[in-house]
Parts: sequence; C-alpha cells; structure tokens
Amino acid sequence: MSTPLVVTKRMTEYPSDSHTIARYEATGGYEQAKRALGMTRDELVGEVKTSELLGRGGAAFPAGVKWGFLAPERPAYLVVNADESEPGTFKDRQLLERDPHQMIEGMIITAIANEAHLAFIYIRGEYPKPARRTQRAIEEAYQNGYLGRGIFGSDYDLDIVVHLGAGAYICGEETALINSLEGERGEPRLKPPYFPAAKGLYMKPTIVNNVETMSNIPHILEMGGEAYRDLVIALDTGTYMISLSGHVKRPGNYELPHTLSWRELIYDIGGGIRDDKELKAWIPGGASAPWFVPDEHLDLIVAKEACALAGSMLGSGAVVVMDEDTCMVRAAERIVRFFSHESCGQCTPCREGTTWMEMILRRIDEGAGRPVDLDLLIDVSDGISVGLQWPPKMTTICPLGPSAVSPIIALRDYFRDEVQRHVDLGGCPFELKSGETRARAPSSLAGAGPEVRGGSTGSIPSDRESAGEGSS
Amino acid sequence: MTSGQPEFVTITIDGREHQVLSGEMLITAAEDSGTYIPRFCWHPRMTPVGMCRVCIVEVDTGRGPALIPACMNPVSDGMVVATQSDVTKKAQEAVLEFLLANHPLDCPVCDKGGECPLQDQALSHGPGESRFVEIKRNYEKPIPISDLVLLDRERCILCDRCTRFSREISGDPLIEFFDRGNKTQVNTFPDHPFASYFSGNTVQLCPVGALTAGPYRFRARPWDLLKVVSSSLFDTAHPRIEVHASQNEIVRYTGVDNDATNHGWLSDKARFGFEYIHSEDRLGAPLVRRKGVYEATDWAEAIDVAADRLGLIRDESGGDALAVIGGAHGTNEDAYALSKFARVALGTNNVDCRLGDSLSSHFLAGTVDRATIGQLDDADTILVWGPDLKEEHPTLYLRVRRAAQELGAELVVVHPRATGLDDVAFRKLTYRPGEGFDLVQALDDGRYPDVIEALDADNVVALIGIASHADGPHVAEAVAALVRARRGRSDLLPLNSRANTYGALDMGLAPDLLPGRVGVSQEGVGRLRDHWGEVPSVPGRDTAGILEGLISGEIRGLLLVGADPVRDFPIPALAEEALEAAEWVVAIDLFITDSTRHAEVILPAETFTEKEGTVTNVEGRVQKLNNIRPGPGQTRPDWAMLDDLAHRIGAPLGLSSAEAISKEISTVAPAYVGVSWDLLEWEARDGVVVPLEGESQLAHIPVAVATDGKRENGLSLHVARTMYDDGVRLRHSPSLSRLALGPVVLVNPLDATALDAVPGDSLRLVTVSGEGRFEMVVDEGTPAGTVYVPFNQPGATALGIDSAVEAEVADA
Repeated sequence: MSTPLVVTKRMTEYPSDSHTIARYEATGGYEQAKRALGMTRDELVGEVKTSELLGRGGAAFPAGVKWGFLAPERPAYLVVNADESEPGTFKDRQLLERDPHQMIEGMIITAIANEAHLAFIYIRGEYPKPARRTQRAIEEAYQNGYLGRGIFGSDYDLDIVVHLGAGAYICGEETALINSLEGERGEPRLKPPYFPAAKGLYMKPTIVNNVETMSNIPHILEMGGEAYRDLVIALDTGTYMISLSGHVKRPGNYELPHTLSWRELIYDIGGGIRDDKELKAWIPGGASAPWFVPDEHLDLIVAKEACALAGSMLGSGAVVVMDEDTCMVRAAERIVRFFSHESCGQCTPCREGTTWMEMILRRIDEGAGRPVDLDLLIDVSDGISVGLQWPPKMTTICPLGPSAVSPIIALRDYFRDEVQRHVDLGGCPFELKSGETRARAPSSLAGAGPEVRGGSTGSIPSDRESAGEGSS
Repeated sequence: MTSGQPEFVTITIDGREHQVLSGEMLITAAEDSGTYIPRFCWHPRMTPVGMCRVCIVEVDTGRGPALIPACMNPVSDGMVVATQSDVTKKAQEAVLEFLLANHPLDCPVCDKGGECPLQDQALSHGPGESRFVEIKRNYEKPIPISDLVLLDRERCILCDRCTRFSREISGDPLIEFFDRGNKTQVNTFPDHPFASYFSGNTVQLCPVGALTAGPYRFRARPWDLLKVVSSSLFDTAHPRIEVHASQNEIVRYTGVDNDATNHGWLSDKARFGFEYIHSEDRLGAPLVRRKGVYEATDWAEAIDVAADRLGLIRDESGGDALAVIGGAHGTNEDAYALSKFARVALGTNNVDCRLGDSLSSHFLAGTVDRATIGQLDDADTILVWGPDLKEEHPTLYLRVRRAAQELGAELVVVHPRATGLDDVAFRKLTYRPGEGFDLVQALDDGRYPDVIEALDADNVVALIGIASHADGPHVAEAVAALVRARRGRSDLLPLNSRANTYGALDMGLAPDLLPGRVGVSQEGVGRLRDHWGEVPSVPGRDTAGILEGLISGEIRGLLLVGADPVRDFPIPALAEEALEAAEWVVAIDLFITDSTRHAEVILPAETFTEKEGTVTNVEGRVQKLNNIRPGPGQTRPDWAMLDDLAHRIGAPLGLSSAEAISKEISTVAPAYVGVSWDLLEWEARDGVVVPLEGESQLAHIPVAVATDGKRENGLSLHVARTMYDDGVRLRHSPSLSRLALGPVVLVNPLDATALDAVPGDSLRLVTVSGEGRFEMVVDEGTPAGTVYVPFNQPGATALGIDSAVEAEVADA
C-alpha cells in the first residue's frame, strides 16, 4: 500500500529531531508561510477550498468554507483548538510534540488568509509536554523573525499566545473554548450567533481550527489545493490521522487514506484483536460516536459520509476496539460517566440526564438492575437526544449530552440481551464467569492517556525519550 | 424599527395562524397569541439564556421540524410551531422530570409552595410521575448568603435568574455558579457575602424556593395572604409594590412590574422596610405630657390640649408665631390637610416639609421641563450631578444603569467620591465638597470638552440634586442653568430623597408654595380664597428659619408632622436647641423620637398600609396607596386629627374623607385637575403624571450664585446619606437597622498615611458645628483630600454643613 504521508512524514523520517526548527527548515519548512505573504486572502481561501480539506477536530466541516464565512469586521482572531480531550484521541498530542513548527506555519498562513494579527493555541492542561514543545517552537519562530513585528521582513505583524486549559472537556467545544480564553466559565455559548467566524473571541470574527487541520495547511499550499485533493482518490480528500486504541495488537497513531475498510484498519493496520479474540464492537470516532458492530459495519469504508450513513461519525479519528470479553454495560457506563463528569452544568437535560444515566448503568453493572431499567435508560436518553440518533436531535445547548447517549444506542440496538443478563443474574456475567474484577472496558474510554505503542508497520514512533527535552 | 411602523409576520402555532411582531421572541409571541410555553430561566426583563430548556418546542422554518428554545429564537415569517406535538411534549416532560429528579420536594415547608413556577409547571407540563429512584443531591440547607437572603442549593434549578440579575441589572455580581455539571451550584465568593442593596429581588425572581428572605421565612402560606397594590415610600420613584398581609400583619412587599418606574425591582430597603409597622414602640394612643411624663389619653382630651394652646398663641402673637415642619412622609391628602391647616387654622406660611438639605421648593416643584423616568431610556446623554443614586434613589440607579449599559446612553456622573454608577459612566468627575460651583464654572469655561459635547446631544436628561451637605442648593441651580443652556433638548429631574416630598410640595408644604404648584402671592392666594378664605400672602420661613425663630422666640408654637429634625436636620444641634426653646410643640408621629420627645402632645399616626391616599413621585407621577390593615390602638389618619384640631381652634377645614380631600385637591390645585381616585385605580400599575394637561404655573428659574470658598489646604468633609441609616422607620426595622454603617469615616489611603492612622483607628473630626469620633475605614473610592462621613448613622455625631474639617487620631 503506497500511502503518501503528509502531516506525519517528517516525524516518521526524522524521529529524533523532527520537532526542531533546524530540521523543519532543512525539510522545506516556513517556505509556504513566506509565499503566503505575497498572496491575497481570496487566493489563500481559494486554495484551501479547492483542497476540500475537512476540519480534523471532529465535525469535519470544510476548512476553506469556514474561512470564507469570516465576517468583514476587524480585528479578526485565529484560535487553534489543541484541547484534545475526546477519550481515545491522541493524535494532536503527537503533532504538537513531534512537529510543532508544521502547525505554527499552518497558523501563520491561516492568520494571513484571515487577516488576523493575534492567534491563540488553547492546549489542554493535561498536555504539559506538547505545551512545552509548542512554546519552545514559538520562541524559536520569534527569534528567527517568523513571528512578532514584521514577520519574514514583511510589514505583517503576528503574535501567537499559548493558553493552557484547566481540565474541562467542554472547552474543546469551540464556543466554550472561546469563553474560557476570555476568562469566563467554560460553557458553550448560546446560539445564535451560530459561528465564531461571525462573532467569536471578544465578539470579533474568529477562525477556530484544529491542530491537525493547521498542520495540513502548509502542505496544501506546497502542493496546491488541487494536487492535495487528488493525493488519494477516495471518498474524502487528503489523509487522516487515526488514533487506534483498545483491544488491538498494535494500537497507535496512523496517518491513513480514506480508502481502507474498517476490517483493514482493525485487522491489517491494528494487527487484529489482542490474544486473537473475537471483535465485539468498536467506536469509530471518539467517545461521542455511536458504536459499530462487526456484523453490520466491518466492510464500510473509513470515511465521513460512509460513517454518517451508518448513523455514526468519524469524529476526531479515535477508534476504540472492544473484544468479546468486554462488558458492554461497563463500557457504556465508563463513557456516560465521563460525559456526566464533564457536563458544564449549564442546561438541564445534560446536567441532570447524564448523571441519571450514569446512576442507572452503575446499578445494572453492580447487580441492582431492574427489568425496567433498560427502557428507563433509553427513555432518559430520549429526553436528551430525541429518538437516540446521530446526528442528534438534541434538547441541549451543545452535543455533549447527546454524546453520552451514543453508547445507549448500541445497548438498545445490539446488546439488549447482555443488559438483560446483568439484570437476570444480579451482576456482571463476565465477572461471574472469570471471577476477576479487572476493568473490562478499554482504559482509553475514560479519557485515560493514549495507549501509544511502537508499531512495526506505519504506526508513528512514540516520543518518550526524545533528545533535548528537559525531564522536569 | 427604522420606519417607526411595527412590522408583522405570520406564524402558525398548533395549526392556527397568528400575526405577530417581527423580531419578537417566540415565547412572548406565542403567549400574546394565547399559547403558554413553559419557562424557568426566561424573564422578560433580562437577557435570555436558554438554559433550563423547558421552553423547547418543535419549530419548522422550512428546513424540517427542529427542537429550539422559544426564549432564544425570534419569530420569522412562515414559522410553524408545534407546542403540542409528541416530540415537544416529550422534550418538555423530560426537562421537568430532570428538574424534579434532584429537587427535594419539601414543598410543605417551602416558602414558595403555592406560588411556585416549578410546582405549577410540573402540574401543567410535567410527566405526572417520577421514575428517579436514586439518591438525590445533598447540600447543607439553607446557607445565609447575606444578612437578608438564604440559599437552599437542593431546591435550586440553576436557572441563572439570580446570578443574571446581580450581573446585568444591579451591577454587583456577588453570586455566581460554582463547580460544574451535576455539582454546579450558586454560591457567594469566599469572604464576599451577597451584600447587595438589591439582593431581595433574587428571592422574588427565584422560580423555586432556593432563595428565601429572612424577614418572610415560614411566616405565611401564599394562599392565606391578603394583598393590595401600593407604592414604596422608601424610594422617591415610588416603586410599585404589592403589600402582603397575614392576620393583619404585613409579612412582605413584592415588586410589581410596571414600565413607568421600577420594572418590578425593589431595593432591599423598599422590599424589607415593613417591620416598623408592627414595632412594639408604635404609638397607639394620644399622649399628653403631665408633670414631665407622657400619659395616654383619649382623642378628645388630646385634641383640646393641643389645639387650645395653638389657638392661644395665634390669638396672642398672630400666625407668624406658629410653624409647621414635616408632612413629607404622608399621603398627598394628608399633606393637603396640613397645608390647609397651617394657612387656614394657624394663619401662617411658616410651613416646610423639607429639612434644610434640599433644593429650592421652586426647583423641586416648579421644574417645567421635568423628565419622566421613562425618558431615560431614550436619552442620548444622562447627567447625574448629585447624590449617589445607588444609596439614595435605588430605582433611578437601576434605570440609569440600564440606560447606560443596555440602551446606549452616554452617562456623566459628578459626585465628590466613587458612586455605584461609575463603572457604566463614560465620564466621571469628582470635586471637593463645597467646591461644586467651581466645577460648573470649569465646565462652562470649556475645561471638559467631552462632557460639554455629550451635554450638547439632542436629548439630554439631567438628574440634579445635592451631592454633599457642604454643597448647598446653589450648585444644583448652577448645574440646571448650565444644562438648560446647551444645544439640544434637556429635561431635568430635581432630586430629593425624602418619601413623598414631591407630593407634599405639590400640596403647598413650603413657605412659598400653595397647592397645585402655585406660588404664595396675592394672585395665588386670590385663586384660593373661595375655598380657604383669607390666608397669608407673604412667604413664610423654611425649616432653618423656623428653627432660628424658635430659638429667638419669634416663633412660639410648632407642629411636627412625621419629622425628626434632631436626627435629620444637617445641623442637629440647632434643631435640638430650637425644640428645647419652643414654648409649645405638638407632634403627629408613629414613634417617640429625639424630636417628638420635645412635644407636649403626641398624636399617634398611621402608616401607609393603614390608610388610603395618593402620593407623587420624583417625576410627578401620582399613584394610589391602599390600606390593608387597621393601625394599632386608636391611630387615625393625619387629616382627621388636623380637621379636629382646626375645629377646636375655631377654623374648621371641612374635611370628611381622604377621597373627598382628593376631590378638593383636584378643584383647588391647578396641577392636579382631573386626577381622581377612579382614574388612579384604573391606572393602578403606572399611575399618571401631573399635570394631566397644560403646564405648571410655577416656572423654576435657576439662580446661580457663586458662594464657594475655595480652600487650598486641609481636608474637606463630605457628608451624604446612605441607604441604611438611623431614620425613624429603619431604626424600628431590625432586619435593616443592623445594616447601617455606624459611626464611620471613609478616608483615602494617602490621607490615612498622612494622619498616621490604620483601619479601625478612631478619628476625631472637628468642624464649626460639631465634633465626634468615627471609626476609620480606608477607602480608595474617596479621593485624597476628602473624608466621607455617612449621615445620620446610629451612634454618630452630626458634623454640620461646613466642608472644613480637622482630623486626628483620637486617644484610645
């Protein structure tokens, strides 16, 4: 398989120093940013539109279209969302740690395209190392005159500020992120206004893009929008980073084209199920996404539309694989507990509903489930996400509450019997069978750190022992 | 709306088409069309937040049905709304079930039970059963978040009403959401209690019983309450209130939403100022002093004793030897009776409802270009030159804050120190007390071009009063002249902070005024002759003049009506000396006070909850008050006592009832023509602004006199009123009296250093007219060179009206 690597090319080829400005410039870095200074907004936005680059934060909104929405009022701001908090997702972390200049160059180009002179990177507080690397890279860029007053000797000023989050998942939602940047409570803003591109940071036009999206921008400029679009002939353009975790033999980050089926992803790229067990279910796009099961979804293509037609999403590219020994009730409980913990508390259905769901699931898991509980669970879910479908018909302000409902869709559609067995047995059948009490849900579900392992084929090497990094 | 013509759009609600105002929120458009959509967080006077989600309805705007909150989405043409569809009902029932899941359901012991939106809407829009079998959230309950308000977080449904109110309406965001998710809770910041002058509004706003008021807790069930509409006299805007009584006891006031004045909001003083009504110290019988001791007696004897001596003085020394102070706390009908009593029965123009700290009577009553409160909403520029509105005029404070913050008015604030409005002002000027006139001059000379430019706007509203006792009324006159001379239209609100002063002045309770905004003159007297007979036509003495007359002996007899000059006159020592010197004092009051204890006869009065009548507010708005309980013992309305006294003196007034007096007022007083109780009961919410037709006959012409003595060295004394002080009614309202500041002096840190004083030190302050000890509070809001002493605080000595003050650390 001749998959062209784009955003992970440098870190794959130069694993020891891909994060340094020396290596970045030695491999053609910052040339596109210089070029962008000579281009008009229309030209830059046009290139990105042509590339059909889809936003990599989870919503897969076309990046060029978003830029086109920027309201004429100035100042405009650029905000890069590096609050990578979706359980199972750890790709932005790698991009920040291993190739921060690539993202910074993307930011410079994006800022020029959107006439922003102040940009922010909002990095989740649990990412100290990515934040340090990013901060250092920004300092290097300042020293070289790529940031600050008159970048690259032009008359264009651009400053980038790194801001660390304080541990709230909801701050990955772009309007909550903006509130948080402003020093307000991290709560999603009420709509309308619908887009930060109209009214965002300080109620000024703001472009909010993801780290991976930014990292693609220099490449789009380098190869041209058209060439980027045609790089891989597939359902979606370009390449896509997948964070593969759970019960596979080779978990890790992979940059892939959209030509693979789930079967190929799990069995070829991931090396199959650990201990050669049976595949039971997987989450195709982060904890928010409704689950897939082998009987129905294994031969679908890993692409946006194909996922949407099957009632789920590719989201943030977090694929979590669950084997036959996984307790679906506990897996669901882990996810619901996560969302209930992360609910901002602003709107009633999410604040009260997700907590209630968590309580019901825990009761079933602990053996105190009642025959009515699954239907109650479904009905409570229905009050948050009417009809339990994806994309959700939500009663909430933002999709966090409906995300908690996603695993319930699987319980309703595929695992009703398993829930019933919990109720009938007065406990978890898996626990009773094995006599063990180990957690039978992948740890990445609960927002635990990535299970990054060095893979032999295509997995991007991890970065535990990089040179030049302080160990404080 | 640029065209001025409202535009209508057609929407369909549950299959029926309605024409509704374009741009209106769906929740109100539906309600106006007869469909009630449930709500908790939505409030008509605050920004919608869409948090509770119970107003969610299925709406199709052409792209298929979607669930949207009706409080956040304006109507658009062709919108199809389904409030009864399965999806809508499911969503609304789900939200109600969610809200009830963790609600303690302690309704039997909850103040809100019976008037609770959560109860009501659970019934009308809820699922009817709870399936929640888990353990509910637990919090310590309740916790006091201020001296007046308690918070029960278990009952709270997190609707953001109280927090939003403190943030966007009152401008003191001392309560906020803490924590997140299911643990989200409203609370105060550590060491910062909810010390807001408007905290009580949150209790009324709360859609559940999470916020309760200390003075009302557990005192009544809502369905047992007797209610009448009235107006608060603790605020010169006369915010509209409902008085709630249980078993003849007033248990609370609630704000009534009206467009004209208060939008439903009340200051805590106006909301909780009712305990004095039931005070054990209230007078229930007439008192006559015998051998130095007051003895309760019957009305016949009290009237005889009081009147005979007054009559004797009049016969011996003429009406000029008699005087009347007070009348600002009663109704217009009482004030009219008092005005008539003074002129007809006593034969004197020595009448004043003001206490020496006010603007001129002609300014207060005769401002022809008087603004209405509502005009603040349309003003381009608002000038506040006078008292700190937050302290003395809370309703105006909220309206000015809203105009500046929400409606785009440019606000200019002038005051000797920090005020509650500074944060929304586009320009704030301070000056040393006593040097206000210099600042007017400086403005006139173009020293502050941005302020002058703002005052040259098309539409200016100026609120003018006396900022500091040292200023005197002449600064305000100069400000009025300055504002009127600018380019655009200007309207003025002359400020006075005493209850019904405006009504009292309109009834002629000033030495140079007659009822209906008419000056004392041959012409004015001529008009009255048919009704009142012969009355004096030369202006009498104001309160200061009366006090001096009492000391010199030119005035022998005094009638004190609801006035306490010994506490309230800026130079209390003068008042004390005058009352001591007086030969014969008769008082009408609720209590024995430092002033009324000088009276030989004290007649027990009624509060505004015990009698009917009308009052007139700062903008000239007349509203009706209604009685809800009998007064204690033998109390009577003022007019009835005055009629008896006059009868005994031999000059009957012919007063038979408050309503009859009101009719007489509308005949006698030109500004009140056409004002009847029928009209006011019809306009129960807003009242009417007088004059209904034509212009007032009085026309205030500002008299600008430069009298400032510029002081180069030394400290300047700023004396001004605060919301809570040692006024008679507050002193007898325990919940509020403990909120008074006490004897304090606020000093800038630089001055504190210069004085070698630390917070808590006792400072000795000396002026021409007094000296006293005050606890020093270091305060950045008071400019260096100025020291601020709140007026009439419990335990404080008054320092007079001179701005020069010496300060030093007192010996321990």
